[in-house]
Amino acid sequence: MSDDKSAVACTGLRYSFGQTRAVDGLDLTVVAGEVFGLLGPNGAGKTTAIRCVTTLLPVPSGMVRVFGHDAATEQMAVRRLLGYVPQQLSADASLTGRENVSLFARVFDVPRRERAARVEQALEAVGLGDAADRMAATFSGGMVRRLELAQALVSAPRLLMLDEPTIGLDPIARTSVWEHIMAVRAATGMTVLVTTHYMDEADQYCDRVALMHQGRVRALGTPEQLTDDLRARLGDGSAPTLEDVFRDVAGSGLGDGGGEFRDVRRTRNTATRVG
Amino acid sequence: MSDVPATPPPASADTARADAARADTARADTARADTVGADRPGADRPGADKTGFDLLLVPPRARTGWRVLPARVAAMCVVELQKLRHDRTELYTRAIQPALWLLIFGETFTRIKVIPTDGIPYLDYLAPGIIAQSTMFIAIFYGIQIIWERDSGVLTKLLVTPTPRAALVTGKAFAAGVKAMIQAVVVVLIAALLGVSMTWNPVRLAGVIVAVLLGSAFFSCLSVTIAGIVLTRDRLMGIGQAITMPLFFASNALYPTTAMPDWLRYISVINPLSYQVDALRGLLLGIPANLPLDFVVLIAAAALGITAASGLLGRLAR
Repeated sequence: MSDDKSAVACTGLRYSFGQTRAVDGLDLTVVAGEVFGLLGPNGAGKTTAIRCVTTLLPVPSGMVRVFGHDAATEQMAVRRLLGYVPQQLSADASLTGRENVSLFARVFDVPRRERAARVEQALEAVGLGDAADRMAATFSGGMVRRLELAQALVSAPRLLMLDEPTIGLDPIARTSVWEHIMAVRAATGMTVLVTTHYMDEADQYCDRVALMHQGRVRALGTPEQLTDDLRARLGDGSAPTLEDVFRDVAGSGLGDGGGEFRDVRRTRNTATRVG
Repeated sequence: MSDVPATPPPASADTARADAARADTARADTARADTVGADRPGADRPGADKTGFDLLLVPPRARTGWRVLPARVAAMCVVELQKLRHDRTELYTRAIQPALWLLIFGETFTRIKVIPTDGIPYLDYLAPGIIAQSTMFIAIFYGIQIIWERDSGVLTKLLVTPTPRAALVTGKAFAAGVKAMIQAVVVVLIAALLGVSMTWNPVRLAGVIVAVLLGSAFFSCLSVTIAGIVLTRDRLMGIGQAITMPLFFASNALYPTTAMPDWLRYISVINPLSYQVDALRGLLLGIPANLPLDFVVLIAAAALGITAASGLLGRLAR
């Protein structure tokens, strides 16, 4: 599966935190150029899977490939292809918007001559051209997310990885973040791998989605395929939504046990800071 | 788009050519914006206005080999300097403590003359010790900043860039060094006002800067190393508090090691702070010091610190 058409290929990916198996035999292929949504309840292993792909978590050789590069042995090559926006608000509040993006231009070796123009384009691409010289600490939640997007875009990544990009944002900011993602993707043709809790977003913006539960993919396809399959299975004339598919896949496991304390705390911290 | 070079011309291009390339890029921008506006129904959609994406379509050419590390260290240093420029409060408040040490402790102990300093006025003897002490006090809590950056996601994201761990750590060490240098200037000025005669020889002062930077590098990396082991802020706070005073008192910062009991003298021999103090004293006061040994120890300690800290940095993001 790891030919040049796949942006991400996970084969039997496993990762445990102590006794907890966060990812337990994940097989996943993201096709180059698509917007791929990784969905699932808290603690399903989405973030862990993403962190394995980003080389943050050490994985054995052969389990994760990004555009054919092994995440275990070719870490630098993989990192060079990635634009990563973690779940937490990761822009540096003690720098201006422009300085935040400039840092990422520097660490991706953008030549000095081209740096200012490239940083400007990245800021304009997310609609922050006018606010660029304000301190990031004064940005609203939606603006911080867009700034992080600009940080990720400045290196022209082939794969953009977004972990819960709209968590804690109000509906208008959510739409705005997504519209910028889609506009940049339309212009650049990059692959997007996104995790989200919001089924409506997945339905609207993702070409294909995978529903994860207890560390594995339980359903995979276009949003239409998944809802059609469930409709056929129910056969009672109802029109299930992606949320119904989600409920069907996650089953009774949704109640307790989902999400470790640290994950929940991290999510809430993000939500609080977005305010 | 066709007139935009796929790869940037080499950095050695002369100014005229660079200007031409800039003009090309600007023209391409306009062209691109026009096309996007014309092609798409939603011309007012985000990203479609004003500027194009042409530069964002081409990944920058990667630096390779030995150039990577110095370039990344420079990037991390630039960002730390930008942060300092935005908020100087810390620099000012940090200057209070060394000033008090000199003014209160120094003046008092100069008067009661209990510390054997080989005939040097105690205030002179103390001033280099206080510079070393401020270096350590600033640096020893850098691990907390790293943990904070981990929790806030800043570090996580940097770890996913093609940046060697050693460069991230060295950038932090450099920031600690810059803060410590500003303290050193404060101490030198206060000491001069109090009548301490220190050197103004530029070569010696350059040596002072190197000693301060190396000391900061060691102590900040020690702190980041501990952070990489204990992983939480609370534990690091406790350990930081627990080791700061012993490192300070088991050194020659306040009194010569000859005045120590044997067991304490052995500890001071393995304490890099002692070598930093010795170097600073030798350079600033011109008293006999083993400068080659001091600098060898400081360089080795800094290298060891950077190695250990970069090895453990990845643990923080797991």
